[in-house]
Amino acid sequence: MTTNVLVRAENVHKSFGLIEVLKGINLEVNSGEVVCLLGASGSGKSTFLRCINHLETLSNGRIWVGDKVVGYRQDGDRLYELSDKEAAKQRRSIGMVFQRFNLFPHMTVLENIIEGPVLVNRVKTAEAKRHASELLARVGLEGREHSYPRQLSGGQQQRVAIARALAMKPELILFDEPTSALDPELVGEVLDVMKDLAKSGLTMIVVTHEIGFAKEVADRVAFMHGGEIVEIGPPAEVLGNPQHDRTKAFLSRVF
Amino acid sequence: MNTQTEPNVTGAASVDLKIVPRRHIGRWVGAAAVVLLLVWLGVSFSRAKIDWPTVQEYLTVPVLIQGIGVALLLTAVAMALGLILGVVSAVMRLSKNPVVSGVAWLYIWVFRGTPVYLQLLMWFNLALIFPVIGIPGLYSGRMIDVLTPFVAASIGLGLNQGAYTSEVVRGGILSVDEGQTEAAQAVGMTRLQAMRRIVLPQAMRVIIPPVGNEVIGMLKTTSLASAIGVSEILSEAQHIYYVNNRIMELLIVCAVWYLGAVSVLSIGQFYLERYFAKGSSSRQLPLTPFQRLKSIFGTNRKALS
Repeated sequence: MTTNVLVRAENVHKSFGLIEVLKGINLEVNSGEVVCLLGASGSGKSTFLRCINHLETLSNGRIWVGDKVVGYRQDGDRLYELSDKEAAKQRRSIGMVFQRFNLFPHMTVLENIIEGPVLVNRVKTAEAKRHASELLARVGLEGREHSYPRQLSGGQQQRVAIARALAMKPELILFDEPTSALDPELVGEVLDVMKDLAKSGLTMIVVTHEIGFAKEVADRVAFMHGGEIVEIGPPAEVLGNPQHDRTKAFLSRVF
Repeated sequence: MNTQTEPNVTGAASVDLKIVPRRHIGRWVGAAAVVLLLVWLGVSFSRAKIDWPTVQEYLTVPVLIQGIGVALLLTAVAMALGLILGVVSAVMRLSKNPVVSGVAWLYIWVFRGTPVYLQLLMWFNLALIFPVIGIPGLYSGRMIDVLTPFVAASIGLGLNQGAYTSEVVRGGILSVDEGQTEAAQAVGMTRLQAMRRIVLPQAMRVIIPPVGNEVIGMLKTTSLASAIGVSEILSEAQHIYYVNNRIMELLIVCAVWYLGAVSVLSIGQFYLERYFAKGSSSRQLPLTPFQRLKSIFGTNRKALS
């Protein structure tokens, strides 16, 4: 692959109290690449994803996005945790889509989308609104600007959440089980939007249980177990011809 | 009996059966009891030597109107102070910094743990501890000149209120899902921005009903300020009835004014709750009385459906 690495995780450890959730994750994601993280629940996929935009602190190791270490400033052999303000600044270029959408219920769809650009990036309101309408059209929700999140279905809410993440013009979007909270018949519409984003060259790291999506869209699939990546490679290899016993066991249960 | 019901069960579904609504005997009994009680109260009041013309006469006496004005002003000032302190100390208590949350805890402990009456007296007599007040090099004055009864009452009531409101606000903040803060942070907001723009507006829905309660409570608590010489309505009424001995009449006048003021405040609360209910429910917002009137009289039928 090319040397254009956007995300680099090096020996990432994370403990909650005595429980070690991540036991040394190493991963490189290239610019424009789509990587899916698979694994049973409790394998650490979501925790790792949340470390990438510093919603969780690290116990050891480093993660770079672009040329910056996420959440910390390195000085000699020490890593100093960044202030809230500096961490917030880093997150501007990292979008995130949550399992439970987490739209702001007291704001309309439009307000949800322009909140970040206007408040954080100081984009002019008119310009932000215009961009928001474009993004809504892109996720198939033109004309829903003035609805409140409660008035939308789960699939529509998740598509608004994707538009909200895109509005910040991020170089990377993290998806944390974006379809797990959806009724089965609504999963497709969200996956379609994500496929479209993947085609447009956006860098995406996706925690998912949708094997079909991973197979079709991912450039690489990483299988996690017990806080480690046990197998990683193109979907055809990892999903089609798994080498590791844990991967085999997991896939045999899913299919 | 059996023979009568059978045909209906087996097949004569086309017969229209009369539906008899449930009878609400309890309501009638209850209403009758209430009416009786009211009649008895009315008779008692009318037999007692209450001079109703006097009540009417004193209802519009300037001193008493000023008195309720002072009570309302004191409520507004003390409540504003209480709300600011309440929000600040609630956010402080939720801070991860142990010093910050400790200070907030101490504030609540002291001001919730002592009677308001005592706090008012202490503020009023603060000059005994700090005879002069000032900012070095800028301003200096005698405490008794600065801390007038009204100022002392505002600070005393406000600080006490803040300690209670703090817990209400903290409850409101905790009622907002943690995912909201995370989503706000994910679009690059700082924790403070997330609190101000995302969490607090949602917490308001939970905060407003109890705070509305507290505003009403505050209006009535202002009567305690008479103890340190604030001329609010109740103390003015007392001054009058000490002289003319029309005790019940003047107390009724005060009650009318308090009820009137509380009613106005309740209307304000209705509109405030309605505003913050935005987006919280897929149902329509409750109609304002004005919209209801409009829909009843047919100019705006859409509003009802």
